[in-house]
Amino acid sequence: MLDLSKYQSIGAALKDALEEFANEVCLIESDREREKERLTYRDFKQRAHPLAKALQDAGFAAGDRASIIMTNQSKWLISAYAVFHAGGVLVPLDYKLTPDEQWQLLKHSGAKTLITEYPIWRQLSVSEGRSAAANVSTVLVTEAPKNADLAGTQRWEEYQGSSEPAFVPRARKDVACIVYSSGTGGRPKGCMMTHENYLEQCVALTSIYPFSPGVRYLSILPTNHAIDFMVGFFGPFICGAAVVHLRTLRPEYVREAFSKYKITYVSLVPLVLKNLQKGLQARFDELPSGKRKVFNAIVAVNRALTKSRPRLGLSRRLLKRVHEPFGSELRAIIVGGAFAEPQTLQFFYDLGIPVANGYGLTEAGTAITVNDLQPFRADTVGKPLPGMEVRIVNPGADGIGEVAVRSKTIMSGYLNEPELTAEAIAEGWLMTGDLGRFDAAGHLQLFGRKKNMIVTEEGKNIYPEDIEAVFESLPVKESCVFAANYIWPQRSMVGEQLLLALHLEPGQTYTEDLRRDISTRNSKLLNYKRIHGVVLFEEDFPRTASLKIKRNALAERLRKLDRAAAFLPL
Amino acid sequence: MRTLEQTTQEVLDLASKHFNVPAGSLVPEDDFFKKLGIDSLQTLEMLSRLENHFGIELPDYEVQGVSDFRTLASRIQSRL
Repeated sequence: MLDLSKYQSIGAALKDALEEFANEVCLIESDREREKERLTYRDFKQRAHPLAKALQDAGFAAGDRASIIMTNQSKWLISAYAVFHAGGVLVPLDYKLTPDEQWQLLKHSGAKTLITEYPIWRQLSVSEGRSAAANVSTVLVTEAPKNADLAGTQRWEEYQGSSEPAFVPRARKDVACIVYSSGTGGRPKGCMMTHENYLEQCVALTSIYPFSPGVRYLSILPTNHAIDFMVGFFGPFICGAAVVHLRTLRPEYVREAFSKYKITYVSLVPLVLKNLQKGLQARFDELPSGKRKVFNAIVAVNRALTKSRPRLGLSRRLLKRVHEPFGSELRAIIVGGAFAEPQTLQFFYDLGIPVANGYGLTEAGTAITVNDLQPFRADTVGKPLPGMEVRIVNPGADGIGEVAVRSKTIMSGYLNEPELTAEAIAEGWLMTGDLGRFDAAGHLQLFGRKKNMIVTEEGKNIYPEDIEAVFESLPVKESCVFAANYIWPQRSMVGEQLLLALHLEPGQTYTEDLRRDISTRNSKLLNYKRIHGVVLFEEDFPRTASLKIKRNALAERLRKLDRAAAFLPL
Repeated sequence: MRTLEQTTQEVLDLASKHFNVPAGSLVPEDDFFKKLGIDSLQTLEMLSRLENHFGIELPDYEVQGVSDFRTLASRIQSRL
């Protein structure tokens, strides 16, 4: 691994990594059963440098912003490298957002260059939102068919400079990436992450989960996500490890990839982990009762022998049939993006597959705490990473309060939002909005959220105010969306739901027609943004002088209603 | 060559069989996430079944943002 204390920027560290590990495999890309790419670090450099040069030839300079909207693939990382080499600021956007949302964030970020895939561009190019983002002057499109109409854009594959690009140095405090933690509604939250944030986070994470040449990371979480950017790009690269990309995420091909490529690490969101658990459990349930008893006994033996620490070799021998489909090289499944249920984590650990669960948020530079497996604990999110100061603000009698964190990995602020930044970071401490407490062993336990938001099992942060637009013209007096647990705190990190608070017109009743209208509008939202129920409120919503709804005050009044009676499922 | 209507009907039949809902209870306009109560992973599983049935490859990006049977069927139709 490179000594990151010597480096000022992501670009400088990556540049040296390409030299240091020139002969190691850095990228494998597979499409179903076909392997499309296998690149060494030397090959990677040969692909990335012409792109960096072409960007520079087109006037792309230090501090200029370039956005990537792509599914996980080699060209994502090659493009990102080229942007950093040219001194640019990367704006990684979620390819699952709608085209209008993507244009909105492109506009907000001030990106002048967009790098995207043809299928995504096909939708972006016809989206109405396009006209708003005049700042995007260069569009590079990958994998466009030969006869595709690319009016105004350029083929990524042909966008190449002919000489070596100049390396553009950046300082540690310069912004490296603008990462959108949520929100395409009124106030997009673009976290300005500095080079220092990434360099420090990488040192902290690799001190617990080291990468090295020969290690293979399966990149499934979208690379725009802070976790995959760190453990599926920067982390492995500065250690000479390899990243495996799959062009389809069908379960059968993902399963096959584990054994085919002898995967060492993979990151999953809790939803996928739970599905994996269900699949394995179904297989175990099919065993004849005699075999089942033997299997359960072996699992119990493994659990006893790994109580204090993982013993991977032993577990792989004891539970060979379980480990073989995973390639028998898996060291840990990294789970993140949302809260994972303890019983799921325990299920995998008992099978000899450690799950590295932790806790973090984009604003904190990915991870704040992580389970170091010494010993494994399913009931906590682990201990603070090296370099992280974590404290509990205003704890109650039970020790539970808001989690605050201070470290060199905390973002420099939200882009163009000084007020939001001041609310989030007070005297260097990032207020997470999550409720937690430390136990005697120094592990952090989480107990729900203080803020009006939900995090889905797929790792999506949803802010209720971002989805209200679809309900705006409902034939009611007024409406407002909330996270149910914000109104009625559950002291739980799972089962989060959104609700629509409705104040009906005088004499109006909640009819089947109205319910259907809400349901139809709801179906226009992406499935993870949908509301689950309605709460009827019989008074005027409290409002500010400028007639904005006072959300906190309304939430307080709604809290007085009995949840079970008031929540009408949609 | 199938017509779009035939393709749509076959998609509905296959979905109702795969997710054990009564035949005829699904219509082209249905939101399959909601009607079948499935998540994005289960949708990918359904796509694999559809690919086998129609003998095509349907890249994941083709179904990005698609949530109703009619649009899904039209994406399949364009690859038949």
